[in-house]
This record gives sequence, structure tokens and C-alpha cells, in this order.
Amino acid sequence: MWQRKKKAPKKGFWNDAWYRLKKNKGAMLSLVVLLGLIICAIFADYIAPYPYDLQDYNHTFEFPSKKHLLGTDNFGRDILSRIIYGSRISLIVGFSSIIVAIIFGGLLGAISGYYGNKVDNAIMRAMDVLMAIPGMLLAISLAAALKPGLMNLVIAIAIADVPGYARVVRASVLTIKEQEYIEAAECIGAPDSRIILQHIIPNCLAPIIVQATLGMAGAILSASALSFLGLGIQPPTPEWGSMLSSARQYIRTYWHMTTFPGIAIMITIFALNVLGDGLRDALDPRLKN
Amino acid sequence: MMIPVLLGVIIIVFSIMYITPGDPARMILGEAAPASAVAELRESLGLNGSYFSQLFTYVKKLVFEFDLGYSYASKKPVINEILERFPTTLLLATLSVTISVVVGVTMGIISATKQYSIFDKIATSIALLGVSMPTFWAGLMAVIIFAVHLRWLPASGSYGWEYWILPSLTLGLSSSATIMRMTRSSMLEVIRQDYIRTARAKGQKESVVIMFHALKNAMIPVVTVIGMRFGALLGGSVLIESVFAIPGLGKFIIDSINMRDNPVVQGGVLLLALSFSICNLLVDILYGFIDPRIKSQYSVLKKRGRKTNVAA
Repeated sequence: MWQRKKKAPKKGFWNDAWYRLKKNKGAMLSLVVLLGLIICAIFADYIAPYPYDLQDYNHTFEFPSKKHLLGTDNFGRDILSRIIYGSRISLIVGFSSIIVAIIFGGLLGAISGYYGNKVDNAIMRAMDVLMAIPGMLLAISLAAALKPGLMNLVIAIAIADVPGYARVVRASVLTIKEQEYIEAAECIGAPDSRIILQHIIPNCLAPIIVQATLGMAGAILSASALSFLGLGIQPPTPEWGSMLSSARQYIRTYWHMTTFPGIAIMITIFALNVLGDGLRDALDPRLKN
Repeated sequence: MMIPVLLGVIIIVFSIMYITPGDPARMILGEAAPASAVAELRESLGLNGSYFSQLFTYVKKLVFEFDLGYSYASKKPVINEILERFPTTLLLATLSVTISVVVGVTMGIISATKQYSIFDKIATSIALLGVSMPTFWAGLMAVIIFAVHLRWLPASGSYGWEYWILPSLTLGLSSSATIMRMTRSSMLEVIRQDYIRTARAKGQKESVVIMFHALKNAMIPVVTVIGMRFGALLGGSVLIESVFAIPGLGKFIIDSINMRDNPVVQGGVLLLALSFSICNLLVDILYGFIDPRIKSQYSVLKKRGRKTNVAA
């Protein structure tokens, strides 16, 4: 059969996956939203109409208007600007806690899956213990034990996420371990560290990426929840969760203060979830068709 | 299997509280107390011992005397304080789980049987929105809409049944989204199996095919998710209780964190982790009832074990 002369997609696993992802409209839209959010976070100084800490006591509690698109808060600060600056914190916490969790969880999972037996047993039982505490609760008690702040917020969220990654990586390592190229690498005398880092980890990237995208959504949710409880980012730093926490007192009269930061969280999480689902379909073609 | 895990949980919770800054003796006596009194109390509380000796006494007291220490704030035994508030949290979690299972499973079944219909599309998008909403924000919005503007329900407190509607609906509906997604995908997998076609071919009623042939086989992953949601609900109840000012264990933990009342936080987290473990155990037992294959697997293992014992 003659095919239409269309640029044939490049071959290879990642190119295939990208090709499949491009066909998924929802996922592409989410990618655009997320890129927009990243741009907002980086160029907040130029995009935000007002500085995030500019107080204007003549215009407190203003409802949305042309001058302040999303209204102002109890100090007369522009809510839109604070939401734009708040994306910085959310993205930083989301990214860095996922990276910390992946590094520790991934290594533990890879070691546990690769060596098996006693090592596997010891590591996985430790993970079971961590899993036995509901994640949010673990993050809350960790955040309470450490001093409030960006760094400690990241640590608290990351530790609660580690077992999930350890399990995902372990499961895929167990299947990869039996492949022939691992045997070949062992035969030519490659050290264990090289086999794990160079051969096993790159080959189980796909499930990690999916888990990381969905996990970042969870991390941003936890970060906002912890800040809402006063255990995360402290005011006056703009963060969506802490904005909600201070808006709570005025919930009966000024609905706009509570509504918009929440919508910002929801859009971000929604985009990450849709992208995660799309990535799963794109990276694991067996699930579709 | 549960006991070592619980012991591990105790060690983790104890260590977290151990690294928490602040001197408990100073907390009990207050800022104005003389240094000698603080030192004396430290000695009598055993705070001068090493990490391991403190951990050992903590575990020993907990296991043999059911003693979790005394709350710094109220000076009452922690165990009484948390057990007093636990039923409220358990009631909230149970109500929400019931709501989320009823709504989630029903919507999941309808969505799966009418895949790609308008209903399916709307339901899956709403579910995705529900997954993306922070629970505490959903609670705040519910307060704005139903309590402030429509004035249908009270906003916060706990003085009667009507105070339970908003919190349990918020928690329940937000976790029904996850259950709905799981039910849908699991049902879709099962519906394509041969035995479903066989059941239809022999003229079985469609409702029976869906409810008994399909749903029963699709239940395993759904039950797993329900069990995990229960844990998330126990954690989420911490937030929802403080949004709606419900005097449960979750709000008590948060208040105690703010007052640096460590023994209470420790005990509360332990109790919630314990109930989560029990819930997971129940889920494991439930597997056996849903899927007889799993039960038979266990009995085969047992038989094998007995044989090797005889051989030895």
C-alpha cells in the first residue's frame, strides 16, 4: 500500500513515546499549561502586575476588579501577583522533593531488587514500616519535628514518598535483571555499581517518569496542605497553601481570597495528573490498543 | 507480620519526636521555672538517658502498661486523651469511606458499562477534577457555598448530625474519585473476558452479568484502593477536622503540634498508624473471601509447610 508522504517518526523508544504523547490532546494541553506555569515561576518579576509584598491599606479586601484582577487580601496585596509568585514555591517543592525521593527510593529499590534475598528483605521490610504510617501523617509529624522552612518541607514530603519509588523501581529491576544484556555485562566483568547505574536504572526510567509526574502532583498537594496547617512555608512568603490558611478567617465575607489560590492548586494538579496518565499510555504501549 | 511493622512504626515515631527541638521538662514547668527544677524533672522523666535507653523504656511502658506518658498541656495520661477523641475520627472516616465506596463503585460501574458515552466522559472528567482538588480547599469551598451563601448547613463544630454532612461529604466525595477511576479501569479489563461473553451468550440477565460475573472479578484492585484510601482518609481527617473544627483525634494532633505537646503527637500518630495497619490486615483477609484462588494459595502453602516439617 502507498502511504501518504508524511515525515515518518524517528525510530527508538523515546521517539515513539513522544510521537504517541503528541497525539494525546489532553496531555499536550497539560504540557502547555505546565510550561506556562514554569515560565510564570521564572519570570514572576516581569509577569506579576504588583510586587507580592506591596501592601496598600487603602485597598484591602477588594473584590476582583480591573485594577486587581483577582482582588486584594487583608493587607491590600494583589492576589494575582501572590499566586504568580506562589507558583515558584510550589514548583520548587514539587520538583526537589520528587528528585530527593527518586534518588533515595530509586537507589534503595535498585539495590533491593538487584541483590535480592536478605538485602531485599531488610530494605523492603523497612519500606513496609514507612508505608504503615499514612503518608500525610508522616509528613505532618516530620514537618513538625523539623523547623518550618523550604528545605525541611522538601525533606518531610520526600521521606514520605520514598517507599513508593522503592517499590516501583524494585519491581522493574526484578524483570530487567533477567534480561540477557545484564548477563552480558556481568560476563565482561562490569562491577555491580556500573551495572545498576548504567544498565538497570536507565532501563526502568519509564515507570519512574510516570510515577514522578503523578508524585509531583501529590507533593504539591502535601506542600500546600502542610503550609495550610502552618507547618510549611511561613507568611509573608507567598505560597498557595499558606494563602488559603490566612484567607480562612475571612471566609464568611471575602470568598475571593479562598477561591483563587485553590483554583491555582487545582489547575496545576489537574495538568500533572492528565500528563501523568498520558505519559503512562505513551510509555507503555501495551496498555493501549 | 503486623507486630514487627508496628514495632518499626513505634521506633520511627519515637525517633521523629526525639529529634524535635525543645526540652520537654522546660515545656512542662514553663519558662519561669528554675534550672534546678528542670534538671530534676529531666532526671525523673529519664530524659538524660541515651536514645536507646529512652526508646526501650518507651516501648516497655507502651507494651506492658499501655502507658504513653502524660500530656504536657493537660497533665492527663495521653492514652485517655487520645482514646476519648478517637471515636469521632473513626466515625468521620467510616462515614466518608461508605460514601466514597457507594458513589465511587456505582459511578465506576456505570462508566465502564457505557464506555465513551457522554456520561462516561463527564464522570471521568469530574473524577479527575476531584483527584486534583486539595481536600481542605474542597472543604473550604463547601463552607462558602453551603454554609455561608445557601445557609443550608452549619459551617463548623460538632453538635448534631447536621454537622457531619459537610465534612463527610467532602472527604467521601474527594476520595470517591480515586475509587471510581480504579473501578472503571478494572471493570473495563474484566468486561472483555471470555467468561463475560459466555454469560451473556447463555442468556443471563445483563444486570446479573455485571453485578456477579464482572464486578466480583474486578473487585480485587478496587478493594486494595479502598484500603489505601482509608489510610489517606485518616491522614486527610487531620486537615478536614481542623477546617470544620471537629474535636477529633486529627485536630487534637494538630493543636498539640502547635503547642509542642510531643507525647500526644506521638501517641496520636501511633494510634492512627495502628488503625491503618488493622485496616490493611482486614483488606488482606477480605481478598480471601473475594477471590477463592488466594485462599487456596494460602492453604497450599500451609500444607507444604507441614510436609517439610514432617520430613525434617
